[in-house]
Amino acid sequence: MADSRPDLQRRVDDTKRNSVRRAIRTELASDTPDERGNGGPGRAPAKATSVVELQSVSLAFDVPVLEDVSFVVQPGETVAVVGESGTGKSTILKLLLRLLVPDSGHVCIDGQDITDLSFDEALLVRQKMGMVFQGAALFDSMTVFENVAYPVREHTEMGEEEIEERVREKLQFVDLDPDRVMDQYPAELSGGMRKRVGIARGMANNPKIMLYDEPTSGLDPLTTNTITRLIAKLQRELGVTSVVVSHDMTSVSRMSSKIVLLHDRHAIFFGTPEEMMAQDNSYIRDFIGAL
Amino acid sequence: MSDLLRRFNESAKGKILTVQEYFSLAWKSLRFIFARPFYGQDLVQQMEEIGVKSLGIVLLTGLFTGMVLALQSSVQLRTFGATMYIGRLVSASMIRELGPVLAGLMVAGRVGSGIAAQLGSMRVTEQIDALNTLGTDPIKKLATPRVLAALLMLPVLTIINNVIGIIGGNIISSFVVRIPTSLYWRTVLQQIAADGFVLRYVPNDFVMGLTKPFVFGGLIAITACYFGLNTTGGTEGVGQATTRTVVSSSILILVVDYFLTQLLLSVLSYG
Repeated sequence: MADSRPDLQRRVDDTKRNSVRRAIRTELASDTPDERGNGGPGRAPAKATSVVELQSVSLAFDVPVLEDVSFVVQPGETVAVVGESGTGKSTILKLLLRLLVPDSGHVCIDGQDITDLSFDEALLVRQKMGMVFQGAALFDSMTVFENVAYPVREHTEMGEEEIEERVREKLQFVDLDPDRVMDQYPAELSGGMRKRVGIARGMANNPKIMLYDEPTSGLDPLTTNTITRLIAKLQRELGVTSVVVSHDMTSVSRMSSKIVLLHDRHAIFFGTPEEMMAQDNSYIRDFIGAL
Repeated sequence: MSDLLRRFNESAKGKILTVQEYFSLAWKSLRFIFARPFYGQDLVQQMEEIGVKSLGIVLLTGLFTGMVLALQSSVQLRTFGATMYIGRLVSASMIRELGPVLAGLMVAGRVGSGIAAQLGSMRVTEQIDALNTLGTDPIKKLATPRVLAALLMLPVLTIINNVIGIIGGNIISSFVVRIPTSLYWRTVLQQIAADGFVLRYVPNDFVMGLTKPFVFGGLIAITACYFGLNTTGGTEGVGQATTRTVVSSSILILVVDYFLTQLLLSVLSYG
């Protein structure tokens, strides 16, 4: 019995690995270029100017977190940052939002180097981005309506009617019934609904770039599916450029044009999901298999 | 030995950094009072939270402090046959010291802990980061309305505390010490007039009694915002931030009260 366990484990691993590969292949086969945004991973981007760019970024707190990490996101692409827990995935999002400043290297948003911006200038750059937090981070003292309306009130001069119209539109986009949820408080919503409100709030001001921190973690498979579909829809219908931090490889393979794999402080892979599947590197193969 | 020195150095640096961050927060939250956008609704909400909702405990504290002051001073004054001066003693103690300090300590316990817990929870659930990413300065949105509300409301609470304290003294002096109410109030007014005036009409006691709560209000709100916004370590961190706020702001109130009294006594011409 004891001898058969490693074999059994290997078989389980193989099955998992195969199912992820299958999922990726199926997605690649079924997706039309439009569905994957930007003409799919194989095509060259229409415009060469990058929307998000990390150039040789290094960052250390007490210990080094990121070393010489570089990647580029072209307009309309969805790039997923994957890696084990604690490899600095969420740190990358904080760098993009300039909540953190790299020790060396540069971070560019929409062609602008944001590394040396002042606090007030950074607030302006952040308006180009919508962020969806892991726990949604909705303001729990405000209703769903006030949460989604917040960025609109903060940065536009819209009247109340226009704001309501915008909030309704965004809630409908994320498949929520505005009349039912608008007056509810975040504590009254389920995890999946909170996440959807988080997406609605993130996109309320029609940002060019959406950032997602573990959008599918802690959700059941059906809700995971809904959220993945929503992210793809946002990119497909509105042409939003996205950076997704996740370790859910099945979702990642469905929605991303490119993948960045972080390991041991470095980006050890940056390329399309198919290129990732074709890698011989044992860590990459283990990573795909283990998830 | 070098290890000891190194650790001392690290700890000293940490302390200086804390003080620097505290003053930086204080400066920003005060500066933003005069900068757009104004969060008027948040200000009104905080004034209600800090002012109106603290009224109950301030009334109770004031009443019983005034009563006990009258009771204790009656014992002392009786030995000199000077019980008619109870009003002077109660009024001077309440307006100059006990009113501001006790209202400050009560608000530090009730409101300071509340602010720290709320901002701390917002920090650990990434709501502060969310504000940042939505292009809002969290200090302007969260700290400034709280600091301004505390600056405005603490003097008001102190006035109420003083009045109710002096009324408490009146109750004891009438029913226990048997001094006529008219005599009590005349001595109260005599005391206020006896301490001199600023600009001919504003009693020195009022200047001292209202400068203090103004400063204490700022201290409480800034301390609470500082610990709340810098919360780390999940729900346990929120608990720690709350405790630190109450302890630090209470101590700060007592220490600053001493130095402020020294300063005001030398600036205002008493007697």
